[in-house]
Amino acid sequence: MSRHAPTTRAELMSRDVAPLPTNAPAQPFPEAARISLADVQLRRNMGKVTTTIRAKRAKAVAEMPDWEALREAGRAIKDRTLRHLDHYLIQLEQAVTRAGGKVHWAADAAEANRIIAGLVQSHQTKEVVKIKSLTTDELGLNEALREIGVEAFETDLAELIIQLAGERSSHILVPAIHKNRAEIRALFRRRLADTENLTDEPKALAAAARAHLRKKFLSAKVAISGANFGVAETGSICIVESEGNGRMCLTLPRVLISVMGIEKVIPSWRDLEVYLQLLPRSSTAERMNPYTSIWTGASAPGDGPEEFHLVLLDNGRTKVLADSFGRQALQCIRCSACLNVCPVYERTGGHAYNSVYPGPIGAILTPQLVGVHNAGSLPYASSLCGACYDACPVKINIPQVLVHLRGKVVEHKRESLSGRLAPEALAMKTLGKVFTSPKRFERFQKLGRLGQRLKIHNGMIESLPGQLGGWTAVRDVYPVAPETFREWWLRRSESKTSPNREGQS
Amino acid sequence: MSANSAREAVFGKIRSALKDVPKSEQPDDVAVDRSYLTASDESRPELIRQFIERVEEYRAKVRTTSPDDLPRVIAESCADNGIRSLVVPADLPDGWAPTDLTLLREPGLSIDQLEQAGGALTACAVGIAQTGTVVLDAGPGQGRRAITLLPDHHLCVIFEDQIVGLVPEAIARLHDAASRPDRPITFISGPSATSDIELNRVEGVHGPRRLEVIVVASSA
Amino acid sequence: MRMSLFLTCFNDTLFPSTGRAVVAVLERLGHRVEFLMDQTCCGQMHYNTGYQPEALPLVRHFVRVFGDSEIIVSPSASCVGMVHDFYPKIAAESGDEGLQRAIADLIPRVFELTTLLVNKLGVEDVGAYFPHRATYHPTCHSLRALRVGDAPMRLLRKVRGLDLVDLPSADECCGFGGTFSVKNADTSIAMLSDKNRCILDTGAEYCVAVDNSCLMHIGGGLHRQRAGVEPIHLAEVLAATEEGGRP
Repeated sequence: MSRHAPTTRAELMSRDVAPLPTNAPAQPFPEAARISLADVQLRRNMGKVTTTIRAKRAKAVAEMPDWEALREAGRAIKDRTLRHLDHYLIQLEQAVTRAGGKVHWAADAAEANRIIAGLVQSHQTKEVVKIKSLTTDELGLNEALREIGVEAFETDLAELIIQLAGERSSHILVPAIHKNRAEIRALFRRRLADTENLTDEPKALAAAARAHLRKKFLSAKVAISGANFGVAETGSICIVESEGNGRMCLTLPRVLISVMGIEKVIPSWRDLEVYLQLLPRSSTAERMNPYTSIWTGASAPGDGPEEFHLVLLDNGRTKVLADSFGRQALQCIRCSACLNVCPVYERTGGHAYNSVYPGPIGAILTPQLVGVHNAGSLPYASSLCGACYDACPVKINIPQVLVHLRGKVVEHKRESLSGRLAPEALAMKTLGKVFTSPKRFERFQKLGRLGQRLKIHNGMIESLPGQLGGWTAVRDVYPVAPETFREWWLRRSESKTSPNREGQS
Repeated sequence: MSANSAREAVFGKIRSALKDVPKSEQPDDVAVDRSYLTASDESRPELIRQFIERVEEYRAKVRTTSPDDLPRVIAESCADNGIRSLVVPADLPDGWAPTDLTLLREPGLSIDQLEQAGGALTACAVGIAQTGTVVLDAGPGQGRRAITLLPDHHLCVIFEDQIVGLVPEAIARLHDAASRPDRPITFISGPSATSDIELNRVEGVHGPRRLEVIVVASSA
Repeated sequence: MRMSLFLTCFNDTLFPSTGRAVVAVLERLGHRVEFLMDQTCCGQMHYNTGYQPEALPLVRHFVRVFGDSEIIVSPSASCVGMVHDFYPKIAAESGDEGLQRAIADLIPRVFELTTLLVNKLGVEDVGAYFPHRATYHPTCHSLRALRVGDAPMRLLRKVRGLDLVDLPSADECCGFGGTFSVKNADTSIAMLSDKNRCILDTGAEYCVAVDNSCLMHIGGGLHRQRAGVEPIHLAEVLAATEEGGRP
């Protein structure tokens, strides 16, 4: 695994360096963003994609007269679940076990990988098929399985594409969005059999993937999935998908292992009626996605896996839970609506976040999973525009959590002397003092005006020193006014009280 | 870490993380406002119309018929689609299956047989008008999941009184099947599709490339 | 009515013309404006950058200065947003119940300018004359935090001589975001490029907004490009008259 910080797009996208949370610390966002912002193809793809999905989502949501009520219920159910997470997890465990499934607990990624590897090895197979699962990406599961000689075949088209390309996902929902059809065609011709005459029509590319994966589905003994929801009341696990590869993996292999973050549990069967409305419209912007599969425990003979294992994963989620304000990040249902409305994500793409979860949700979830000191740049990767909050189907107040986490980043920095003496920290401390006193504030204004005299050209300042140079590298800045407002006000008040004085008003 | 100690470790962390939650608070004390719509107030004819329109929007074909005419319409659909071999569940209602083609009746069909078959014919549990969805729950006339997954054409029969307006109504009807290992549930909304390549929607990746729904008027 | 001007630290220092404009408009409508000299800063920059302990003294200071004012009006949606959205949280975290009560009492009296004019005073025509082509950029704080709605547009539509053109992709953030503009300068500028391109596409001479913080960024970019388009605060458009020109 390469440990030097990426300097090119190819390096940024490569699977050679695992993203957070498996690999920390990661390259800071501003540096990574600088690389990806320069990629013309990426900017074009991302701009087109996000603009298209935004419009579709808006249309799908506008159709629903009770959308706000659904959002509120979606939020409240998650809030209830998180506040009583232990209660619902016990209920889930009992229900799954009653239905013939086996429940495993993993405190961290290493443990989860060990459990899954053990299960796979016990079935003496060298190949598993996978349904797209961000949770398994979090674990670095594919790499862990490769180490024991097991190949994990991604069956989602986009996951297949990036797996063949050796690249990391750039989007929660459409992981290969950074690739256009020409790039995909070239990739398939290189890596798949019988593709000499392949065109770059999406239909043809999808057909090539279908043929390639069919064989795998029909022969695999073990399938690994994530889970969108786990219903505590009934022990049912729910997977929402589009292509049908999920159905293939859930029905054909003998053994099914589902990895589920502990926050994915929902209290009752009835609660699915809320999320199965919120998720499709927020993610693919459809009334309903093509396939949703719900099963409980181990199947009846011939109708699915004989053996079902549910791996319940912590891996930092209890850390998030412990922050009573930040824990709302665990409400996330992985729809990606926030990514699609984010003006930052739209331009930098997902790789710049160096995180399994990119975009706005990633900026609040990853630092809490891995500790703010390991992802200190992510809470700042936002202009706090608030578009994500408006789009979030479960009303996670992402902007407020970002500010909350910035507080934690600063708190952590100031634990050390070098942190307290850093230029920004000193400047902020000084300004804090300036603002608590009107007199100091006025002196500060006058000082600024004095100091800027030589720097004003054409009414504007074109360069600032130090960290502030980031502003003037690309923008002019307005100088302190020749007469501040309070100076004008004072003058005006004096001229009013002594009418003999000259004075403009 | 042993299995039990991992479990204990996770629960220990959860409990410690939730120390801001008062011990006296019960789960149901956290209010959930369910003022979203839970039932449609559309008329039955309007619901049926909406269901048909929305299923068709997914590029699934819809035929309508009466109970008496159902066998003929099924046969017609198979002929129109060039289906020469048809998979049917063991408990498919009498008289539904066409006689002029090869019938592959469950149980016991092999994966290869399912793969080679031209199509599959099933009933369903419930349909949702708002979203154009049919739902199977391994109930009567539906069979196991593989038969609507591997053959390239799924012909699904739904009676008008099985169609509800909204998702909450369907979820309520499916409650019996939930929690039963022998009753897995599949929501189907059109043929399979992906938008992974430049966001162009492409139909029929895995799963049947053609879905056809026959809506049967409720008798009398 | 008697109104207390909450001007904001950067308007006082960099854009006093906006303050003068607010005074002119409110006096023209027959109100008395006072400017409490002890005011400094609402603490938003510190709070949003993560220096939250530094914000608490500034919150207390704000309450001390404005606690007795009947109506407090500000030409900064972002600073009013700070008061409305974060002051209660800061007070709650401080554990100071007196402060919490004072803030709860104060918040309903703190108004962003366009909200005050249109919603509280019921005024849309303030007698303004501004014979130029302009486009309006809805800043994120005014759009999504304060939800001022169409108050700014209602005011602008009544300005005589104004050729108002719609801004494409208006709802998209300009990329300022406070210290984001410095810490993530590259991304900030990428966002600004698109915003400025949309502004230039309108053929407008002026870009109008209710936040000078965003205008500082938009204008700084336009000026660097020598684009020949000026930012202007909405208050200054409203203050412009046939006789007086701009304040």
